[in-house]
Amino acid sequence: MNDLRNLVSTLVDKHGRDEESLLPILQGIENSESYVSQEAMVEIAKELNISAAQVYGTATFYSFLSIQPLGKYVIRVCKTITCSMHGKNQVISELENMLKIKLGETTSDKRFSLLETNCLGQCHKGPAMLINDEPYTDLTPEKVREIIRDIQQKEFAVN
Amino acid sequence: MEKKHLKRLDLIFKNEHDTEEILAKVLAKKNEEIINDLIISGLKGRGGAGYPTGLKWKLTAEEESDEKYVICNADEGEPGTFKDREILSAVPHKVLTGMAVCARVTGAKQGFIYLRGEYKFLVPELEKAIAAFHNLLATLNLDFSVSVFIGSGAYICGEESALFESMEGKRGEPRNKPPFPTQKGYKAKPTVINNVETLAHTYSIFKYGPEKFHDLGVKDSHGSKVFSVSGDTPIPGIYELEFGMTLQKFVDDFADGDAKAVQVGGASGFCVPRKRFEKTVIGYQGTLTGPSLPTGGSMMIFNSSRSMYNVLHNYLDFFVEESCGQCTPCRVGTQQLLLGIQAVKKGEKPSLYLDKLLSLAETMRVTAKCGLGQSVANSFSSIVENFREEMIY
Repeated sequence: MNDLRNLVSTLVDKHGRDEESLLPILQGIENSESYVSQEAMVEIAKELNISAAQVYGTATFYSFLSIQPLGKYVIRVCKTITCSMHGKNQVISELENMLKIKLGETTSDKRFSLLETNCLGQCHKGPAMLINDEPYTDLTPEKVREIIRDIQQKEFAVN
Repeated sequence: MEKKHLKRLDLIFKNEHDTEEILAKVLAKKNEEIINDLIISGLKGRGGAGYPTGLKWKLTAEEESDEKYVICNADEGEPGTFKDREILSAVPHKVLTGMAVCARVTGAKQGFIYLRGEYKFLVPELEKAIAAFHNLLATLNLDFSVSVFIGSGAYICGEESALFESMEGKRGEPRNKPPFPTQKGYKAKPTVINNVETLAHTYSIFKYGPEKFHDLGVKDSHGSKVFSVSGDTPIPGIYELEFGMTLQKFVDDFADGDAKAVQVGGASGFCVPRKRFEKTVIGYQGTLTGPSLPTGGSMMIFNSSRSMYNVLHNYLDFFVEESCGQCTPCRVGTQQLLLGIQAVKKGEKPSLYLDKLLSLAETMRVTAKCGLGQSVANSFSSIVENFREEMIY
């Protein structure tokens, strides 16, 4: 709880106490905590002197802000039409097989979350996905395996 | 197999490294001259709505206010559009130049680039370009600074008033208009909000003069346009073309030889079937011969192997998720259209039910609060009317 309070106050110091800072602050929480908890919302509301309901309203509006914990690596696969036409479903099956989770789920070690998202603006290089902020394009099941294996190896080396 | 019917242009992406010279040249002019140049050039908003840019700047300049803002709308969320990402990564200085000149003309001191969350990976390079640009502005004694505001994954925030709400820390729900952004925009202050491509075009106008820009294109649609081409094409990508081409010429150049439909303007645009390729002209609605289509530049090509039912289903899924939920016609309408086409497909409803859905879509066009809800009817009606049998069988 103290950690959270420190995080919120650091973010508030960085972005300011105006309402215009709310979205950047929420994004900062999401980046550090992988989600925006109710405790964080209450803390932000106190700091900005607005109602917790307003913070909740904003936090639940945006698809890149989550109110449930997500994994360290959030995979968002584009499901819009041109990516669908070029093999999005195979990409998702491959990810499901590799990570042993279904779409919308998070692995039990809290490393990966697998989500779908709307148009990523990479339609000429579909299928496309984001892993956290990084885009990956022209995906094939083989390419997906390599990308995930690279991350898994990196994680394994760290631990 | 090289068959180039359409002239490819290279205005936007040409990197000329003459920002300082151009900026000094424009800033030496009077504000009225700059506005006049823009009006003469015929430049219209490249986000899709097509409002005359010069007029927008003029109206904001005429407002009395202690604070004004210039915002670059980089919340490029329309399915099938990816040109703004490319412009921001290839020629950010052109966009920044447009913003700075706009600031001088209108009296704004602060500018923002509202960048969609999906493009967050562009931020490091963009910040570098902004820092270099700030240094340049300091030498020219122009008091203006730009910062990046990152979105968080909401298509509706591309709607200008929803974008302001989002920047103010609220849910991205569109406001009633009027007042327009030129009167009350960000923080209820007069605001110019322009699309990335529109701002980049101002650079070409400053450089080559309004007449040269005006000479490109046709009648009411002047200048060039950056198109995002995707779908069933051997050469997907970003192309700068002149306005006023027929869709047939476009298809001859870009499709795989088997195009049955082109979706012009993304999920909120229109679906044009093969039989209308010859008669459809790409440009803003004006006094063109035959039907013309405005577009934010999204061109998705579908060949005869594609099910238009799946295409429409995908668009409706998109709208159901991205509707902000504020007004009933859009919130309920999008869901009912989706349930409706599913029911017809399964045979749970008779095919005549499609006519009821078409009239629901028309009701949304009239009653929805913002462009999102109003434009659902564009793709819905154009797909259902042209590919009715695919909706049923």
